[in-house]
Amino acid sequence: MTETRPHVAVVVFPGSNDERDAAWALSALGAEPVLVWHAEPELPRADAVVLPGGFSYGDYLRCGAIARFAPAMEAVTRFAADGGLVLGICNGFQILCEAGLLPGVLRPNESLSFVCRDVFLRVERADTPFTSRCTEGQRLVIPVKHGEGCWYADEDLRAELEA
Amino acid sequence: MLVRPKAGILDPQGQAVERSLRQLGFAVGEARIGRVIDVDVDAASAPEARAEVERMCERLLANPLIESYEIELESGVA
Repeated sequence: MTETRPHVAVVVFPGSNDERDAAWALSALGAEPVLVWHAEPELPRADAVVLPGGFSYGDYLRCGAIARFAPAMEAVTRFAADGGLVLGICNGFQILCEAGLLPGVLRPNESLSFVCRDVFLRVERADTPFTSRCTEGQRLVIPVKHGEGCWYADEDLRAELEA
Repeated sequence: MLVRPKAGILDPQGQAVERSLRQLGFAVGEARIGRVIDVDVDAASAPEARAEVERMCERLLANPLIESYEIELESGVA
């Protein structure tokens, strides 16, 4: 094996529109992005999976609710169960919540407005695979755009997460 | 099926409608917005149809974290 660039599968759903951004960003970070159509029952050999942003299945019913049953998502669920790294961005995060791979759910914004702006995040931990190139306390500027970005968990779940 | 935000869950659409209704002079209390989903189900009996529709709600149509659902059956001959 001469190939050292990690392969990262980017799952594309009907209505995804940020898969090219995700692939570009992964390439810029030194990874090899591999686009995977949602109807694929198996993932290609991959070191990680990214679910990109967009409006999978038109955001019908609830955002991410229909995408979670795509054949590729069953493969992603198995991949995650085996300890694989999965990152969901934007609609990808909504899909992970609907699929139960992440806790909680995303509801329509309280303002009912589509939000598109930069937000500031502080890196609390740099010892995770997703933040290993960051430093603790570093401030990141992340652009967000969403109509359903209001993460919700009931009190029991929040208490469990904060514990 | 009637799927709507659970009691206590913020419903911004309902709030916007509530404000509009009050502006129009209607003395309304809380307004909440849900959605109605009609499906035709081929089942041998009403309990069987209800059980099938319940499974639909649990798996896809409602997110139990934030939504509740009610089922109403109408029998018809296909």
